[in-house]
Amino acid sequence: METKKWHEIPMGGLVIEAGNAEQYKTGNWRTELPVIDLEKCTNCMLCWIYCPEGTITVEEGKVTGVDTVQCKGCGICAVECPTKVIEMVKDSGNLSEGNLSENE
Amino acid sequence: MSKMIMSKPMALNGDEAITEAWKQINPDVVASYPITPQTIIVEKFSEFVHDGLVETEFIAAESEHSAMSACIGAAAAGGRAMTATASQGFALMWEMLFIASSMRLPIVMAVANRALSGPINIHCDHSDSMGGRDSGWIQLYSENVQEAYDNVFQAVRIGEDKRVRLPVMVCLDGFTTSHGVERVEIFDDSIRNFVGEYHIDHSLLDVDNPVTYGAMNLQNYYFEQKRQQIEAMNNSRPVIKEVGKAFEEISGRKYDFLEAYNMDNAEVALVVIGSTAGTVKALLDEEKDSRLGLLKMRTFRPFPAEELIQHLRGCKAVAILDRAGSYGGVGGPVYSEVRSALYDETEKPHIVSYIYGLGGRDTTKKMIKSVYTDLDSIAKSKDTPTPIRYLGVRGD
Amino acid sequence: MTRLVRLKEIAGSEELFTSGHRLCTGCAEATIVRQILHAAENPVVVANATGCLEVASTIYPYSAWKVPWIHSAFENAAATMSGVESAYNALKRKGKIDRKIDFIAFAGDGGTYDIGLQSLSGALERGHRMLYVCLDNEAYMNTGIQRSSATPLGAWTTTTPVGEKIKGKSEYKKDLTDIIVAHGVPYVAQASPSHFMDLMNKVQKALRVEGPSFLNIFAPCPRGWRSEAEISIQLSRIAVETNYWPLFEIVNGTWKINLKPRQKPIEEYLKPQKRFSHLFKPENKWMLEDIQHTVDKRWEKLLKKIDNQ
Repeated sequence: METKKWHEIPMGGLVIEAGNAEQYKTGNWRTELPVIDLEKCTNCMLCWIYCPEGTITVEEGKVTGVDTVQCKGCGICAVECPTKVIEMVKDSGNLSEGNLSENE
Repeated sequence: MSKMIMSKPMALNGDEAITEAWKQINPDVVASYPITPQTIIVEKFSEFVHDGLVETEFIAAESEHSAMSACIGAAAAGGRAMTATASQGFALMWEMLFIASSMRLPIVMAVANRALSGPINIHCDHSDSMGGRDSGWIQLYSENVQEAYDNVFQAVRIGEDKRVRLPVMVCLDGFTTSHGVERVEIFDDSIRNFVGEYHIDHSLLDVDNPVTYGAMNLQNYYFEQKRQQIEAMNNSRPVIKEVGKAFEEISGRKYDFLEAYNMDNAEVALVVIGSTAGTVKALLDEEKDSRLGLLKMRTFRPFPAEELIQHLRGCKAVAILDRAGSYGGVGGPVYSEVRSALYDETEKPHIVSYIYGLGGRDTTKKMIKSVYTDLDSIAKSKDTPTPIRYLGVRGD
Repeated sequence: MTRLVRLKEIAGSEELFTSGHRLCTGCAEATIVRQILHAAENPVVVANATGCLEVASTIYPYSAWKVPWIHSAFENAAATMSGVESAYNALKRKGKIDRKIDFIAFAGDGGTYDIGLQSLSGALERGHRMLYVCLDNEAYMNTGIQRSSATPLGAWTTTTPVGEKIKGKSEYKKDLTDIIVAHGVPYVAQASPSHFMDLMNKVQKALRVEGPSFLNIFAPCPRGWRSEAEISIQLSRIAVETNYWPLFEIVNGTWKINLKPRQKPIEEYLKPQKRFSHLFKPENKWMLEDIQHTVDKRWEKLLKKIDNQ
């Protein structure tokens, strides 16, 4: 995000763009990445409700994967999955689909 | 060109007058905690609430810190919020004063100036509000009950102005003005049009456009946010003048940063804040000496440096009376700011600081007379021995 | 009659607490906030006390909140929210607002058990319509893991270190939920992110109250507890299963236990946390026994409360 001058920012320190934290990439925090076996997944949604980041992607009632730009690799999803279809794999950033360059 | 608003005289003390103003403004939220000598404000306003004379949500906060916190929440939610305090209550909410102004919330607070502990003392001096002079609040000081009443309406207009958006404190001397009954012109209820409606650009209750108030702001943007705040305080200068003029149109009473009394040909003058200015006026009316003048300061924040310089131009010697100390500072707070304002002037009067009236110590016409006598000798000798003096303390 | 939250209905719905926040990897507070916002039925306004959640979610110019949100200071989430709620009432009465909006205040154990207790108590007594959520991770985590009155006996923190003379915290954990119940507010409950259905139903119940409600939610902290990030939810589960953090609610003064687990020994809860590792030395066995005893006594007291109703 480009840095603005004092008269270019909203008054009173307000953040007006709600939820713009999504633009801040936290995927480069992780050392492991969850890999979900989508064929064996029962779509119980436990990984989704337990994830601290909300990075389990769900479409039309089905788990479709993990937001690799944001996932911090905590491993909670893998531990909580009742059918053990999530594996934590070592990740040096090569497995991400999005751009994991440094945040400005 | 606005017309004068009808008014009728009432006998009220300062606290009651503040409450009358609140009643007429009918704020959305009042969050307050009682403290001497402001208690009449919360008590009287509670009567209005319980009689259904106002629509205000009254929060009987369990502390002043919570009172100011609630005002902040209310103002950020698009409500017009007011409170009142003094002394220790002011000190307790101190942290929140800075936060209110940094969030640019136009809260209006009445401060019944009372000495700060320790030792504990319930009487008037200005140590409480002077302690908050860098909190980012606009400070208006009232000489008497009429001014306290008038200042509340102006405070709302000034603070809520889009160019300003800062909280404003209306100060009145504890007991002397807060409890002293005086004849006050009270407007009819159409005065409400003078303050209009409170508009906020970003409200917490606008759930369709969520915003974040009070984000943590680190090295990358803190300075910019504060710089904005400084600018807002600077912007308040023309606004204070404009609102003063607008108020004069509806009331016939003049309001500016300063009030010059008998200053036209004054050679020696006093700079005073608050009710003691009234004592000085009484003395000057008796003396009928055009060499003696009074410059009453109504606005301390923003500090009216330019106007001050203009008014003091012809003077040879000026005494700045401070009803608060600044331990380790050069004289009292008003003195050091006046001194700083005059620094660049090639022609400037001799100035001397008088700390007076601490803890409610009475200041008589006789004592004021002695200050003028001192100023006369300073003007004559063109010398200022002992620039820091004390008025009314035994031993000095 | 409360409508049960159905996971499949809400899964994949918009995240009102977005990713990109900077809470630690494996922080249970983040999970809890997501669960709460997914459970909320009406639009909400959030007031947040200073702490991990507040700091990590709103580092200017970013904010992870897609709901209106205000932070003012540390000890006053409840007082700030009181002002917002009062302004809502005033503006609604004047016809300027017509929709139902709910109010949720978040604070940690620091901002609730300790420095925030007064303003919380005041807000509860005045009866403001708000849900106050305490995220209890048992220490002042944001400033670097210093003890709070929520820190349990024996726990290592930076201000209750395990030294030669004194080993960890010497005082017991304050029973805050009891204090809140004593205020006589319509709804009080304890919850855990592991039991999300129970948590989310409690959120909905609380938000339907026309007055104050309080949820004390257990929030494991891998950084402060020295536990593995991946077991944060599992730890909160074991806390429930050992009766360390029972799940119960008090509805208009009537106590109800939501879950009576087949109690596991407290060691199962303590072992995965290095902040308790000194308890497993033979010379400190008495502390382990004391902790088990305290947990049992509190559970008995809870059962008695139900029986005596």
